[in-house]
This record gives sequence, C-alpha cells and structure tokens, in this order.
Amino acid sequence: MGVAEEMTAKEGVDQETVEAVQSLSGKYKYGWNTDIEMEYAPKGVNTDIVRLISEKNEEPEWMTDWRLKAFERWQEMDEPTWAMVDYPEIDYQDQYYYARPKSMEEKPKSLDEVDPKLLETYKKLGIPLKEQAILAGVEMPEGERRVAVDAVFDSVSVGTTFQAELKKAGVIFCSISEAIREHPELVRKYLGTVVPASDNFFATLNSAVFSDGSFVYVPPGVRCPMELSTYFRINAENTGQFERTLIIADKGSYVSYLEGCTAPQRDTTQLHAAVVEIVVLEDAEVKYSTVQNWYPGDENGKGGIYNFVTKRADCREARAKVMWTQVETGSAVTWKYPSCILRGDDSQGEFYSIAIANNYQQADTGTKMIHLGKRTRSRIVSKGISAGRAQNTYRGQVSMHPKSKYSRNYTQCDSLLIGDKCGAHTVPYIEVKNNSSRVEHEATTSKVDDDQMFYCRSRGMDEEEAVALVVNGFCKEVLQALPMEFAMEAQQLVAISLEGSVG
Amino acid sequence: MSRAAAALAAKREATEERLAPLALPQGGAWATEARQGAMARLREMGLPNRRDEYWRYTDPAALTAAEAPQAAVFDAGETPLFDDIDRLKIVFVDGVFDAEASDSFDEEAVEIIRLSDAAANDIHWAKSLYGVLEARGQTPVARPLAALNTALASDGVLIRVTGRVARPVSIIYRHAETTSDVYLHNLVQIEKGGDFTLLENGPAAARFNKVLEVEVADGAAFHHVRAQGRDHERHAATHIFARLGRESLFKSFTLTVNGALTRNEAVIELTSDDAVAHVAGAAVGDGAFHHDDTVFITHEGERCESRQVFKKVLRNGATGVFQGKILVKAGAQKTDGYQISQSLLLDGDSQFLAKPELEIYADDVICSHGSTSGAIDDEALFYLRSRGVPETEAQDLLVLAFLAEAIDEIEDEAIAADILSRLEAWLARRSR
Repeated sequence: MGVAEEMTAKEGVDQETVEAVQSLSGKYKYGWNTDIEMEYAPKGVNTDIVRLISEKNEEPEWMTDWRLKAFERWQEMDEPTWAMVDYPEIDYQDQYYYARPKSMEEKPKSLDEVDPKLLETYKKLGIPLKEQAILAGVEMPEGERRVAVDAVFDSVSVGTTFQAELKKAGVIFCSISEAIREHPELVRKYLGTVVPASDNFFATLNSAVFSDGSFVYVPPGVRCPMELSTYFRINAENTGQFERTLIIADKGSYVSYLEGCTAPQRDTTQLHAAVVEIVVLEDAEVKYSTVQNWYPGDENGKGGIYNFVTKRADCREARAKVMWTQVETGSAVTWKYPSCILRGDDSQGEFYSIAIANNYQQADTGTKMIHLGKRTRSRIVSKGISAGRAQNTYRGQVSMHPKSKYSRNYTQCDSLLIGDKCGAHTVPYIEVKNNSSRVEHEATTSKVDDDQMFYCRSRGMDEEEAVALVVNGFCKEVLQALPMEFAMEAQQLVAISLEGSVG
Repeated sequence: MSRAAAALAAKREATEERLAPLALPQGGAWATEARQGAMARLREMGLPNRRDEYWRYTDPAALTAAEAPQAAVFDAGETPLFDDIDRLKIVFVDGVFDAEASDSFDEEAVEIIRLSDAAANDIHWAKSLYGVLEARGQTPVARPLAALNTALASDGVLIRVTGRVARPVSIIYRHAETTSDVYLHNLVQIEKGGDFTLLENGPAAARFNKVLEVEVADGAAFHHVRAQGRDHERHAATHIFARLGRESLFKSFTLTVNGALTRNEAVIELTSDDAVAHVAGAAVGDGAFHHDDTVFITHEGERCESRQVFKKVLRNGATGVFQGKILVKAGAQKTDGYQISQSLLLDGDSQFLAKPELEIYADDVICSHGSTSGAIDDEALFYLRSRGVPETEAQDLLVLAFLAEAIDEIEDEAIAADILSRLEAWLARRSR
C-alpha cells in the first residue's frame, strides 16, 4: 500500500500508525472461511427440522412446543414487502437451518477443550477467546477494561469467557441454549415477551428455528463488572443463521453489551434472521452496541448476507433506560429496526445509527419509539450514507400514546449521498396523540460539502481520505455514543466501506 | 394465493360491487374515452380501504360509500370570502352550474368552457390533458378517488390561458341539499408566458369529490388559493394534479376550517429545469374534524425548487394528518426541496399523524424536512400575559403566528387578508 510504504520512510512514524493505515486499506477483511468439518441438519425447514434443532440443544418439551407453534404460525405468514429493498425471492427450503462444527458434538467443558481451529478463527477475527483478552484495536493495561465474549459459530455457541467471574457478581452470561437448560424459569418468564413468536415473518421463523445466541441476566442492583459481547460468525455455505439474544436487566442494574458479526466472502447470498429481546426493569439501564459487518457482496452486488433482524427493548418499569447504537456497514440487504417500548413512566430510549451502503448494498433501517408511559423521553440520531449504486432508507416510527403525557422525542436523520447513482430515503411515521408531549423531527439530505472537500484537499489529502474524514465528521455524534472498543473499529469501517466510492 | 393477492382480489370485488349501479355521464367521443379509461384504471387498482399504506391514517369509508353522508346547509353568517376582490365569478350549486349567479365567460387572454359543453363534442383541446394528468399521477401511488372523479364528473370548468389574465377566476361552490353528492372536474392549461390566478371557495355539497388538473407551460405562472370546510358534517376528497414546464411557477394555498373529513391530495411533477412549486395549507378544526394533506412532489428537472408548508391547529379531539413526499429522480441535480409539517394541539384529545418522506436518487441536492407537534408554548403565553394581554387573546395571537408561515405563501395581499379574517372568525367562534 503506497501511503503506508511512504510513511515508513518518514521519521517519527511508529509501526502502529503504519499498521492502522494498512488495515484501513483492505477491502472486506473477514472474507476468508474456516476449513472445518461440519455437521448439517438436512436442507429445508419443516416440523422435523424444528424438532431436531430442539433436540440438538437438549431442550425441554415446553421449548419444543413453543418452536412448533411459531413454525405453524410462520407457514401462514407472508414475507414483508414494504421495505425499500429489492432481492430475488428466497427459497426457504433450499438452505440449511442447522450447522455445527463436528468437534462441538461433545460440548467442550471449558475453552481449553475447544477445537483449536475454532479458537484460531476468532483469533484471526480479532476476538481472542482467552480471558485476559480484550477486543483488538485498543491497547490497555491488563485487567483494567475487560470484555466477556460469547462466540457463536454458525448454529452453536463455541464458548463464553469470564463466566465464573461474572457468576460471582451474580450475572448470568451464557449461550441461550445453555440458559434454556440451566435457567428455564428466567427464559420461560421473558422469552417472547418483547418480540412475540408471531411478531413478524422473520421473527417468527427465528422463533421456530433459532439455534443459539446469548443470554444475559443482571440481578437487581448489580452493575455488570465488565462489558459483555457476542461475536457471530457465519462460516458454513448455504446456511442461515438464526440467533436469539435475550437480555434481562433487573431493577437498578446496568449492563453494556456489544455485538459483532462477520461472514466469509461467497458468491451466493445467505440469510441471517436474528431476534434480540431486551427487558429493562425499574431504574435499570442497558446499552446495546452493534457493529454489523456481514459480508456485503462484491462490487457487482454478487453474494452477501441478507440481514433481516428484529431487535426490541421493553422499558417495562419506571426510569428504565435503553440505548441502541448501531454501525451498519455490511450485508447485501439490511432490514432492521431496533425499537424501544417506553412503558414505564420516565423511561428513556435512545437510538444512534450509522448506516453505510456502498456498491449494490441496500439498507432499510431505523427505529421505533413507542411512548406509553408518562414523561418518557426518546432521541433518535440517524446518519445514512449512500455511495455507488446503493439504496439507503431510514424508516422510523415515533408514537405518543394518549396516556404518555409530558413526553418528548427528538429525531434527527441526515443522509449523505456520494455519487449520482445511489439513493437516500427517509420514511418517518410520527403519531402524536396527546398535546403535552413534544415531537420534533428533522431530516436533511445533501452531498459531501464542496468547501470541506476543498479544505481537506488543499491540506494534501487525497480524495478518498478527504471523503472518509468528512464522513467521519458527519457521523461524529453517533461514533461518540459507541463504547471505546467499537468506536475505533467503527471509524475504520466507515472509511473501508466507502472505498472506491469516489473518483 | 398470498395474503396480498387475496386482499387485492377482495378489494376489486368490493369495487365492482360499488361501481355496478353507476353509469358514466353521456358525452362525445373524447370525453367518453377519458371516462372509460378512468373506469378501467379504477377497476384495476380498486377503491381505497384502511389497509392501504396511504390510507393508514384516514378511513376512506365515508368517501367511497354508495350513500353519501348527509350534511345540513350551514350558514356561518359571515361575509362571503373574496367579496372585495375584482374577479370573474363562476357558481356551482350542489355541483350544478348557476348561470344567473355566474359572470360572463368573456375575458381577455383566457378561454373558459364548461366541461358539460366541451364533453358533448367529439373532439376538444382538453382531450390531451383531461384525465391524462390524473392518470400520470396514479404511479407510484394509486389515487383511486381521482380516477372515480374522472369517470363520473359531468361538469366543471376547462380553462385555457393564453397570456396574463387581469383578474382572478373565482369558482364558488354553494351547498343547498342535505344529500348532495357531487363530482366536479376542473382543468387549467396555461400556455407559454401565461399568468393566472384561480380562487375556489364554498362548502360545495354534503359530499364533494373534486379534481383539478393543471398544466403550466414554460415560463408560465399559476396562483391558486382555496378555502374549504366550514362546518362539522361535510366530507370532501380533492386532488390537484400539476405538471410544470421550464421556469414555470406553481403556487397553491388551501385554508380548511372545520369539515368532518377532508382529504386533499396534491401531485406535482417538475418535469423541466428551473421550475418552482409551492404547496401550502393552513387547517384549523374542532371536534369531529379529520383533515388529511397528502402531497407528492416529483423532481425531474434540474435546479427546481419545491416547498411544502402545512400547519394544523387542532382542538377538542380533532385529527390532523400529513403525508408528504419529495421524490428526486436520478439526474434532478441542484434540487432544492423543503417540507415542513407542524401541528399545534390545543388540548389533550387532539392528534397529529404524519409521514414526511424523502426519496432521493440524485446527489447534488439540498432536501430537508421537519415535523413538529406540541401544545402552545407556555413561555410565549406567559410572556404575553405578563405584558397584560388577556389569555384568550394571547392564545389567538400565538395560533395566528403559528399559521403565518403557511399564509405567507399567498402572494396577493388582499387575498391573504381575506384568508386571515376567516381564521380570526374561527378563533372568535370557538367556545371559550
């Protein structure tokens, strides 16, 4: 890479800077696949497959029944067509719904027993499954800031770190399959209460066939001693990933949760239909941050992940607070609306989003803020960037119910267009049913400012660097809302995702 | 059959049932062709229902029902609007042309003919526009009530403007029968360099379905001010379809005061470069008031400007709806698009439902929209009260200030003053 080589020659530039610049130059960094022996359930989805998945996870009967009911419902549902995305019809019978590495047949008792190939995969992704580890990209004194990781590989959780230490604090952090076995009372109480099994086409499919995912329970008054994270990796070909995450923050607790995801570079598209449910009780707070970097397809729009995700948080009691932050750079098609139900009085919901679509990517993403309780507050900041031939849509709903007196919403959604072949769209729904609440919505669409570009160029930056800088500035409000581990990665991703979009 | 296909089949069946007893008006070849075409379009798309995306906030049942909801004749005891303005008057009573009350159509630079007269001929200049702009406006979003109008309207006025018209043409719609159900279809063609003002007002009928098609040629200007509503029983669906040429100007303002249900749609295409389109509305309503502005502006030419300014003041359980869209097609560079929709809720029962959309396929554009909803600002009220302004007067001042941005879109000062007096009358009339 020219710039980096040049930089090594200069004095005073350390190796770290050179590496950072080099890492920026790569296209999709995570496009390789792990050669590992896999075990598949037969192709397609039917009641036998649903039973099989339930059986593989050693689930109790109530869980199997729950899945079967969802499957029955799903068969009567139509795939939604209202989003501004366009993709060939998906043959739901022409893919695998369950794939796990052969080595995971016998559940490893500890991380030491996990197939080294799998550990190697996560290491390569910058997610070392060792307990002293922190996410790549940030150097920090050992022990000061740690992140517990649940690593999901295709249909199964490979391992969860720091479980023992978290247990000491009373926090349960494990795979959802483990939670169904070990903590059935909690799962039964909360599963499907935020996103009902019949919520929508993709969520219902997920309810029937979800294979793994993460489970978090933070007991009353506990501030989770470290950040929790799940890393999803799709590896197997023709396989859908259906993970399910359930987070419960009990009264007065706090947890920050990070989610990352990548997939190999393939010519065929793959389906990812996840459900995330968050229950926030009185005075509790949950921060949920995502860097979504599924394989977006190549520059001609071939391949990539179809990312059809239902994420919802229920601020069930007074003064509950939830904050969604997402950086959406990957996926061929994104259909995702992390939402907040502000049921408790004085509860708060926030949504910060950067969605970048380049080449032939299509993103239809946004949020819903449903204000039910009194004096509830919500804030939406969405930054959409379109380049190449991509289509990027913000779709959001703000609803103030008659009883949500004295509530407040502020929405700002800005779109930036880079190039004349892409599209940027805004589709907000605003429903105000009482007069003591205030709702404000602002949206702008523009191109990269010529003056800013000129300034950067006159300082010697090349065009791509200048665009990356301007775009980073455009996204600043959202980047600042990210936990530190992610902020760095997100900034780099913003630059990478736009590569080749100018000139 | 998928659910969507089943829903469409059911919709078409309901439409057939509704249309079966209806007969198209008699007419010459061109009108018959236009009416049959509209009927075929309507059969294809079906009459609207609550499940349609663009009817999610407004129930069209009262607008489509075989039997029109009744409305008593209402006399507010006010001086008729635009009374002091020199204008050419055309009067319809329950949709029937009133020759005695109307002025002669002879006027410099403008040719006016009733639809019923023009339609009797086998060929007419209106053929190239009548129902044509409406048909263009059916994609990407169906406007079935407009197709129904093109098919059923037997009267209206066709106006061809050839130059600068000295005074406005004013269409007055009077209401006399409690059961009147009226379809009127007006058409305005403004030729190159023409300049024309159209005024419309009056309660029209118990149920009123009106379409206005406007073609504004290169360099021409069209000004439109209308007032509608009046009481709590009236139902109305109106559509404006406009196509704008190069460097043309289109300005339309609508005042709505009460009315049970009013749906105003405006579909505007900026097909050439450097055109300007402004659509504005001020709506004030009490109680059983449901008001819906649905606006769709398409930018195709370069350097065009569009503005949508909609303000609603709602009280006693009134509902305001705004669905606005700016569509900027690929190649429509240097577009300047602005949209604002705001509501002032004077009490806790009223509601505001909005869907302000942007759909943009060109990069060198500045488009923005804003939407707000809330009560009267307590601090502003306190400020006025502390200056000795009585509470209701202070409220009225703030309401008028809130509406000012929309009223400012009216260029003619005398007309704007008339509109303002109507609003003041509404404020004075409300129960205190």
